[in-house]
Amino acid sequence: MARHLINAMVNGDRVEFVCGTGQTLLDVLRGELHLTGTKNGCGTGDCGACTVVLNGRPINACLVLGAEVDGSEIETIEGMAQGGELHPLQQKFLDHAALQCGICTPGILKMAQAYLETNPDPTETEVRFALAGNLCRCTGYDKIVRAVLDAAAEMRASET
Amino acid sequence: MNEIKTPRGGSNYQWVGKNTPRPDGVDKVTGRARYGDDMIVPGMLHGKILRSPHAHAKILSIDTSKAEALDGVKAVVTSADIPDHPMAQPPYPPIVNDFHDISRNVMAREKVLYDGHAVAAVAAISEEIARDAIKLIKVEYKVLQHILDPREAAQPDAVVLHEDLFTYGVEPKPTKPSNIFRVMHGERGDLNAGFAEADLVIEREFSSQPVHQGYIEPMACIATTSEDGAVELWTSTQGHFVQRTLLSKLLNMEMAKIRVTASEIGGGFGGKTTVYAEPLAIRLSQKTGRPVRMTMTRSEVFRATGPTVGSKTRIKVGMKKDGTITAGEAEIWYQAGAFKGSPIGRAVDTFFSPYTVANCKAAAYDVCVNRPKVAAYRAPGATMACYPMESVVNELAKELGLDPVEVRLKNAVKEGDESLMGTKHGRIGLVEVLEAVKEHPHYKAPLGDNEGRGFAVGYWLHGGGLSSAAVNLMDDGTLGVATGNPDIGGSRSSMRAMAAEELGVNVELLKPIIADTGSLGFSYLTAGSRTTYATGMAVVNATREVIDKLRALAAKKWDIPVEDVRWDAGQAIATDNYKDIKPLSLKELAGMATSMGGPVAGHSEINASGQGATFCAQLVDVEIDPDTGFTSTKRHTVFQDAGRAISPDYVEGQMQGGAVQGIGWALNEEYIYDDEARLQNTGFLDYRMPVASDVPMIDTVIIEVPNPNHPYGVRGVGEPPLVSAPAAVANAVENAIGQTMSDLPLSPPKILAALHAQAAGDD
Ligand code: FES
Ligand code: FES
Repeated sequence: MARHLINAMVNGDRVEFVCGTGQTLLDVLRGELHLTGTKNGCGTGDCGACTVVLNGRPINACLVLGAEVDGSEIETIEGMAQGGELHPLQQKFLDHAALQCGICTPGILKMAQAYLETNPDPTETEVRFALAGNLCRCTGYDKIVRAVLDAAAEMRASET
Repeated sequence: MNEIKTPRGGSNYQWVGKNTPRPDGVDKVTGRARYGDDMIVPGMLHGKILRSPHAHAKILSIDTSKAEALDGVKAVVTSADIPDHPMAQPPYPPIVNDFHDISRNVMAREKVLYDGHAVAAVAAISEEIARDAIKLIKVEYKVLQHILDPREAAQPDAVVLHEDLFTYGVEPKPTKPSNIFRVMHGERGDLNAGFAEADLVIEREFSSQPVHQGYIEPMACIATTSEDGAVELWTSTQGHFVQRTLLSKLLNMEMAKIRVTASEIGGGFGGKTTVYAEPLAIRLSQKTGRPVRMTMTRSEVFRATGPTVGSKTRIKVGMKKDGTITAGEAEIWYQAGAFKGSPIGRAVDTFFSPYTVANCKAAAYDVCVNRPKVAAYRAPGATMACYPMESVVNELAKELGLDPVEVRLKNAVKEGDESLMGTKHGRIGLVEVLEAVKEHPHYKAPLGDNEGRGFAVGYWLHGGGLSSAAVNLMDDGTLGVATGNPDIGGSRSSMRAMAAEELGVNVELLKPIIADTGSLGFSYLTAGSRTTYATGMAVVNATREVIDKLRALAAKKWDIPVEDVRWDAGQAIATDNYKDIKPLSLKELAGMATSMGGPVAGHSEINASGQGATFCAQLVDVEIDPDTGFTSTKRHTVFQDAGRAISPDYVEGQMQGGAVQGIGWALNEEYIYDDEARLQNTGFLDYRMPVASDVPMIDTVIIEVPNPNHPYGVRGVGEPPLVSAPAAVANAVENAIGQTMSDLPLSPPKILAALHAQAAGDD
């Protein structure tokens, strides 16, 4: 398999890695960069556990090739807390007990973060549809949806 | 809206019953927590499994030479590398761990018995090479006729999976092999008399499909073997101590030579209670002398790990005009999958258990079919028996013009009643649960067009059993709390809350961990809704031992008898006889411990008993789209007796999560096989579990009727919500469209067909 030398910004750090043509961004993040916070629940784009933000858009890292991200900016769960402070979404997930096993949590947090940037004041239904690509088998989604709505409210309040 | 009802008044606890910070929370929202596949070990190899494309075939030969010759391949294993074991012999306990079967399930020996059955495994320096290598393994099969349906497989002329399996528990002992491993019975009263007393008798047949636990984290493990033979295993499991036992027996190794560490676990729901790839990873690491990581793909998880059983049921129930259930009779066939051992005892116990039916009889058959060997799924064996019973009770009540909740109240079991499998109930909360339903606004809320409301109640006798815990006091007054139960959904919080409550100190001073198998006494699985009950009890015991030692330390310091020292609110206090002795705090005592005799720690190893029944009732409103047959859940309220909710948020979470799994089970999830019995929906796209936009908020009402046998009154809460959820959803659909739906899942095509048949009948 051919190898490619790739440069990218990951969570604000310039990184360089070599990847095979068939390796996905998820393989690279987890296997090469050892950023194992991004999870693999299916590898086929069906669960959202691998959600990261690529050039400002939330994507499934298992559906993007490592070789495609040359020159890109990537944000993963590891970069979400800043300067020792949890992001409001992370804090609200804890406050609302919005995780049980927690395997879906990194993907859902990244999805929610990206979504709230496009829609800072969503309805419950909008949040449900925004998260429809992120499976959670533990919580029944109730507390996740509440946490996202509450975080959105707090983020709006701190904007003003 | 979530609420908690404590019929006997509230509590004065400081930490128990409060939502305390979750000890592993920050790690889980920052991506720091390490799950099965997150461990990277220097020099590790990657393992891959070759799986059977046939549902039933003889293995004629396996040629691994080409794979072994591939550059980068370090080892190949087949069944020849897994020790064989003789079949377990009767008398059989309720749950049989037969190593003859386990060795054949982890690696097919004479035959493959389901699509996806493991046939060989390789370890290579990269995943890519491992994937290429398994394609080079040549297996010659002789394809045999397959069988998927449990009732067909139970027929005398059915093709048999195991030539050496003879039905157990029937007289005379059969001389012909069968797919039926055993039949379990329960009976009381006089059935004929009971049915004769009834004003209405309904008899129906039902079926349900196998559904997968659907945990989002696929199985993953890393095995390392050192030159001295010691094995270290890191794995995503619901019970690392149980894994150690299974692996040591399966691989003929000393237990002390296998040290298992449980990773964080990304969901299990009963599915991660046995071994799959672990023994193969160990054998590959033994052969290569290198760490071997094995992670399943999602399709492997669906094809080769245990879903829950599919079932066929025949049930007959009689009711008087006043709602009294006079008699019940049920027969159920469970698909065990390729090997014996489905939870049929739970089926017998579940059918009539919420009710004081004087005359009843239940029989359950454990039947082998060409599907993956079943594993537990949240209340294993109970859900498929609850659904037919609750559906028929719903229908009887409707036909007799009775209120569905009043009917249940009329027949509700109470303290002193006995379940069909002989559990005598202590203080239980079914009546309180039903009263809470009646009082809830959801119960009488108006319904719209095409909407229906369903109600069902379920029973689960939660687990107790073997648990260990250790509490270690550190010099600065902080403490470590070690248990042997993987934390699937917040159990660390509950363990910590109970220990802090005992000590009377802030929860933040305690750090709970999950200890590996080398560090603590045996602890059974995190399963059966047993952890907060049994392991919680061990934690309380261990904490009390620490308190006793601290009292002794204070007595020594003060030079008074230990009986004169009590423990209260985080300090040792001398009795009123010693007015001038000032109390010593936990922190002060911790500081003097090492110089005054040694470190202070407590530990407890118990076989917890006294667990009790938990009842969970659900109200569900659905709306049916008459054009498409699509069902949407509009409102869902779960009522459950939790005994005492140690961490209410996480109890609610269990209720909500179980309810939504039940919605999936009732409406959508099923295994779809083609004519060759190859599984067709091996991914989340086609095995469609509920997503956020499919469901409403799930309201919860926690009822607290404490179990007097637990220091804090705990009852297991994880499983009961899934017992009654599918039944409640199915009843809602039935009430919406006005006919009994007897074949789960109630997917749109089935509902549409029912609506069309109805319309045709009306014309
Ligand atoms: S792992 Fe990428 S969507 Fe599931
Ligand atoms: S918390 Fe377990 S899958 Fe979401």
